[in-house]
Amino acid sequence: MRDEALTGGFADAPVEAARAFRAALSALARPGRIETIGGAAAPAPVSEAAATLLLTLCDGETPLYLAPSHDSPALREWIAFHIGAPLTDRAGAAFALGTWEALAPLDTFARGTSDYPDRSTTLIVEVPRLAPEGKRLTGPGIETEARLNLPEVAAFRANRAGFPLGWDFFFTAGTALAALPRSTVVEDA
Amino acid sequence: MSAYNFAYLDEQTKRMIRRALLKGIAIPGYQVPFASREMPMPYGWGTGGVQVTAACLTPEDRLKVIDQGADDTTNAVSIRKFFETTAGVETTERTRAATVIQTRHRIPEEPLGEDQILVYQVPIPEPLRFLEPRETETRRMHALEEYGLMHVKLYEDIARHGAIATSYAYPVKVEGRYVMDPSPIPKFDNPKLESAAIQLFGAGREQRIYAIPPHTRVVSLDFEDHPFVASKADHACDLCGADHSYLDEVIVDDAGGRMFVCSDTDFCATRQAEGHRGRLSPEAAE
Repeated sequence: MRDEALTGGFADAPVEAARAFRAALSALARPGRIETIGGAAAPAPVSEAAATLLLTLCDGETPLYLAPSHDSPALREWIAFHIGAPLTDRAGAAFALGTWEALAPLDTFARGTSDYPDRSTTLIVEVPRLAPEGKRLTGPGIETEARLNLPEVAAFRANRAGFPLGWDFFFTAGTALAALPRSTVVEDA
Repeated sequence: MSAYNFAYLDEQTKRMIRRALLKGIAIPGYQVPFASREMPMPYGWGTGGVQVTAACLTPEDRLKVIDQGADDTTNAVSIRKFFETTAGVETTERTRAATVIQTRHRIPEEPLGEDQILVYQVPIPEPLRFLEPRETETRRMHALEEYGLMHVKLYEDIARHGAIATSYAYPVKVEGRYVMDPSPIPKFDNPKLESAAIQLFGAGREQRIYAIPPHTRVVSLDFEDHPFVASKADHACDLCGADHSYLDEVIVDDAGGRMFVCSDTDFCATRQAEGHRGRLSPEAAE
């Protein structure tokens, strides 16, 4: 096991995880809002925000899928040491991490069942940058409308059409975090 | 303080609750099952709310706890002390100054802002439970959006009493999909469920968490010819004179004497400090 796998955890786990969760809650409750989180460092190419989100939300009870863009021995070791999440395939994942291209096609991830729509995959999507511009967002959590530079529209429109089933997304870039729950309506600007 | 992990719960429990909260936010009004823990207080004292609050608190937060609107009742005082001890957070009685508010059966009179979180203590999260006792059936009814039974219940109210007699825990439909129990708040508070704040609901004994994100459509169920009315006692507060707040009726002697006071103690005290006076204020009574 390399040294890299042993470093990069929270210095003060209860407090840093609490702050990171509040940022994640705020981002998901207000789609399009960009929050800043940090404190964790995972092997490249994982962003600081994504590493912090993994430490905050994942543990031995949450099967995790690593898309080809992020699957590396170094990251596997880091996850084994810090999180203990079992690595799994797409269908069994509670969380998935990767770039938008590597995570496609989304259809293979769990969308929940009509009895238990919460049993669906939460996707952590690494993007080059996040900015409050581009696609138009409306729905719960948004007073009038919000804007976010999402990679596309069709996938999110299909996701919304399946409500209450669907996937929930976190987008991470550097220390920036934004989110898109299944309830949001996404349109071209 | 150092004898406890920050905010009492262990980190794995907090992660589990946090995951449930995020799914609750993503599916407004849907009850997410969670593995509720034993807390150092009895069921019915807000164990669900306390777990949700513990999972949300950061050291920077300022916490307010209310019980039926009051900051100074046993339940509110003990939960406030609990988090002062285990999380070391600042506490306050002022609605405006609080970042996290845990509540039992009321929504503060003052409109909440963007950066506030309201945590409800919920006894029975399932709005259909008294109509259908089987969990398997109510889960199916939610899945199929089969809410006819609830309308029959409200109709029977009208047939029997001439009006919808349900006065608290009045069912609502969230974002046009899930029928939700808003916890036993008076129906006077129902319009305030459409808020700028994040609203989180925790039911400890029943092991359910649900949520309403900010600016989410929340409609109280009703009929065209019997529209929903957010009713309250037809009086003004006897201490601050407010005619637009929810009132408690207090018996003051054994000869039928009574007074009406705001149930929201912070709202009432703030108005009195601003110089508002009611029928029984010391100055007015002299």
